[in-house]
Amino acid sequence: MAKIRGSIVVNVEKCKGCEVCMVSCPTGTIAMAKEVNGKGYNYAFPANPELCIGCANCAMVCPDGVITVYKTKI
Amino acid sequence: MVQFTGIKEIIKPENLVYKKTNIMTKNILSYCPGCGHGTAHRILAEIIDEEGLQSEAIGVSPVGCSVFMYYYLDIDWQEAAHGRAPAVATAIKRLLPEKFVFTYQGDGDLAAIGTAETIHACNRGENILIIFINNGIYGMTGGQMAPTTLPGMKSSTSPYGRDVKTMGNPIKMADIIASLPGSYYVTRQSVHTPANVKKTKKAIRKAVQYQKLNKGTCLVEILSNCPSGWKMTPVQSNKWMEENMFPYYPLGDLKTPKE
Repeated sequence: MAKIRGSIVVNVEKCKGCEVCMVSCPTGTIAMAKEVNGKGYNYAFPANPELCIGCANCAMVCPDGVITVYKTKI
Repeated sequence: MVQFTGIKEIIKPENLVYKKTNIMTKNILSYCPGCGHGTAHRILAEIIDEEGLQSEAIGVSPVGCSVFMYYYLDIDWQEAAHGRAPAVATAIKRLLPEKFVFTYQGDGDLAAIGTAETIHACNRGENILIIFINNGIYGMTGGQMAPTTLPGMKSSTSPYGRDVKTMGNPIKMADIIASLPGSYYVTRQSVHTPANVKKTKKAIRKAVQYQKLNKGTCLVEILSNCPSGWKMTPVQSNKWMEENMFPYYPLGDLKTPKE
């Protein structure tokens, strides 16, 4: 069976660290960074990138539209 | 641009699933972290993009948190006085009947100061789309009590909770507008989970298509959180909204066109 793998790109400087994406991620790919961005927010980043399935749930709920999603079959 | 990326081999243009639409400008949204306004803006921008309405759409921005909406969507805009967006939209639509005219209003704008304009525009059946963001509080001015604040809900002007004996009951604007003969499509949605975002997008798309038929006013009420006004984290506020706002403001279509 083909396996679906995804990947996300987070625009760190625009992220406000609201954690809504982290809660909506079904596989636990996203976590909040310990470091902060230029505005002082703990930004979201793909902590477990191998778990991503490219469902785009995170991008859909992101209020600031900072996440871009890619998906492929391997 | 600083980015944090996942697996680099997958990131190719042909694998793209979701990208912010180009209707949204590069300006950073002025909203608090986790605010539903940003999601609502993005959904609206996506629909304008997908329906090819960028040169046709004229928005009327309100007074409230979303007052700077004209910085964020790359379409034509007109600013209206507080609450008067439906009246301004009426004029624009009557002068330019080929354009797609919509207003984007919060609950302080639509349900408090602009009640008369809203109800009369809907009663006349003006061919405009009204997007109504309801978060039960005046967000921009510091979390004061709004007409839509729930009974017992604390705000900066009702610190012991809203007492319905002295402060009245929350107003259900969508239900009032659904009962008017001029309205064509009235629905209530939310944007706090991926499933609800999809439903809201569907509802707005329907409303935009109904606008082309010139049959009457469409109103899409979007329940939103206000983490700063409610003094909660974004995730807590979404949960609070599910537990407290949804029983009083049930989601779903309130008025659909008769086939």
